[in-house]
Amino acid sequence: MNDLTRPELVCPAGTPASLRAAVDAGADAVYCGFQNATNARNFAGLNFTPDELAEGAEYAGQKGAKLLLAINSFPPAGKFDLWRQAVDTGVQTGVDAIIVADMGVADYVRTRWPEQRLHLSVQAGASSAEAIRFYCQEFDIKRVVLPRILTVAEIKAIHDEIPCEIEAFVFGNIGMMAEGRCSLTNYVTGVSTNMDGVCSPAGRVEYKEDTQKNLTTRLGDFTVDCFACGENAGYPTICKGRYLTEDRREPYYAFEEPVSLNLTSLLPDLMKAGVTALKIEGRQRSRAYVKSVVGAFRKAVDDLMAGRPPELTELLNLTEGNKQTEGAFGGKRWR
Amino acid sequence: MSAAMAGNFVHSFLSSRQAQYLPKKLLSPIPLSPLQPLLQRMLKAVVEANPGIFNRLGMHRTKRFLIDPVNMPFVLLLVPDPENLTIKAVRRSENPSHDARIAGTFLILLDMIDGNLDGDALFFSRDLIIEGDTEAVVCLRNAMDDLEGSVADDIAGVLGKPGELTLTALRKIRLYDE
Repeated sequence: MNDLTRPELVCPAGTPASLRAAVDAGADAVYCGFQNATNARNFAGLNFTPDELAEGAEYAGQKGAKLLLAINSFPPAGKFDLWRQAVDTGVQTGVDAIIVADMGVADYVRTRWPEQRLHLSVQAGASSAEAIRFYCQEFDIKRVVLPRILTVAEIKAIHDEIPCEIEAFVFGNIGMMAEGRCSLTNYVTGVSTNMDGVCSPAGRVEYKEDTQKNLTTRLGDFTVDCFACGENAGYPTICKGRYLTEDRREPYYAFEEPVSLNLTSLLPDLMKAGVTALKIEGRQRSRAYVKSVVGAFRKAVDDLMAGRPPELTELLNLTEGNKQTEGAFGGKRWR
Repeated sequence: MSAAMAGNFVHSFLSSRQAQYLPKKLLSPIPLSPLQPLLQRMLKAVVEANPGIFNRLGMHRTKRFLIDPVNMPFVLLLVPDPENLTIKAVRRSENPSHDARIAGTFLILLDMIDGNLDGDALFFSRDLIIEGDTEAVVCLRNAMDDLEGSVADDIAGVLGKPGELTLTALRKIRLYDE
C-alpha cells in the first residue's frame, strides 16, 4: 500500500453499449451527452436519447459507477432553450454531475437546480487558478477538467490554489491547444465546434484512395492530408493536417501531428500532484476501444494503489497515426 | 476434422496473406444466386434480434452501402431501410452504384461489427477503407457498434451447424493473422 489517493477513472461513452462496456471494464464514472448541439461531441449517429440516458444512469448506478452528463458547448444567442431543456432532462434523470463550459448554462443550473453537482468542462479553457476560483465562487463548481496545456508541476501549483477537484486527461485525442476557442472547423465548414458541437463534421469529410493506394483526406474545400500507401493515417481535422507552405519544400504538419495523448507513465506523478480524476477521451470511438483503454487504465490504477509497479498494456494500436505523446504534461516543447 | 484443425491445416501450407485471400479464389466459381435468399435471411435475423439497430442511421437508412470484403469474390450491397431491407451479393466487376463503400478483409469487417476491433484504429492503420458518403458510414458504424453480443454468431446461427463451424474456422485463421 502507499499514500496515494485513489483517483476516479472517468471514461467515455458515445452509445449505450459503450457505456455498459466502460462500466464493466472498471470505470468509476462515465461521461456522455445528448444527440444535439448541447454536446461538444455532437457527431452523426452518436450519443444518447433521454430514454437511453435514463437506462444508462440505472445501469451505472447498479454497478456503483457515476454518470456525468456533458452539456459543454456554448449556446448561440436566442437558442438557449435547447441547453435549458438538456439541463432539466439531465437533472431529472439523476445524473451525478453536469459538465458545463458556458457561464450562462452554469448560472442556469446553479439557479434552477441548486443541489446539482457541476463540473467545469475542458471547453471552458480555465487554465489559471484565478479563472478556476472565479467559476468556483460564482457557480459552485466542484471539479475542473484542465486544458491539455499544463505540465504536471503547473497542475500541482494550481491544485494548491483552488478549492475544487482536478480532472486531467490521460489518454486519447489531443488537438489544437485552444480548447473551447478553436474555430478551424468553423472557418472551413461553417459549422462551429463550440456552438454546434462538431469538429470536422463527417458530412463534409471526403476520403479518396487512388490506384496506388495513396489516401487523400478532404474537409470541405480543403485537402487536409495525403497519406502514401501503407502510411498510417490520422483524423480529418484541420489542426492535424499536412500542408504546403511557401517556406517549406515538403508538406508538413503546420499545427499539430496526428498523435494521441498517453500518460500511463505519468500516472503516479499526476496522482501526487493532486489530480482527483483521470479522464479518458474518446466518445466517438467504438466499444472495443472503450473496453481496451478503460481495462488498461483500471489495471494500472489498481496496481499503483496496491503498491505494485503498474503493468502498462500496449495501447499504441489504438492511437491516432499509431503515435503517442505525453504532450505538455511531460514538458512544453512547442515549436 | 474440426474447424480449428482445418484452420491449422490451412496455415501449415500457406502464409497468412495467402490464407486470407484463399476464399477469393476458392469461392469465385460459386454462383451468387443461391446466396441471395440466405443473405436476406441473415439480415432479417440480425434486425429481429436488434430491432433498434437502424435508429442511429436517421436520414441515411435509405443509402446504398457497398460492403467490400476484399478477400471475397463478391461485394455486398446493403440498404438498411426498415421499409425495404435489402442485402445483395454482387460480383465486384459489376461495380454496382452506391453511396458509400466500406472495404477491408472479411474477418476485419466481421470483427469490427462484433465490437472486437476499433474502426478508427483500423482506419489509422489503413486496414479499413472508407469512400463516398462519410456521414452515412459513420452513422452505420455507430449503429452497429451499439449492438451487443455477436452479430457474427447471429448470422452463423442462420446456417446452423455448418455456419458455426465455418465461423470457428474463420476465427482460427484470424488468430494466426494477429
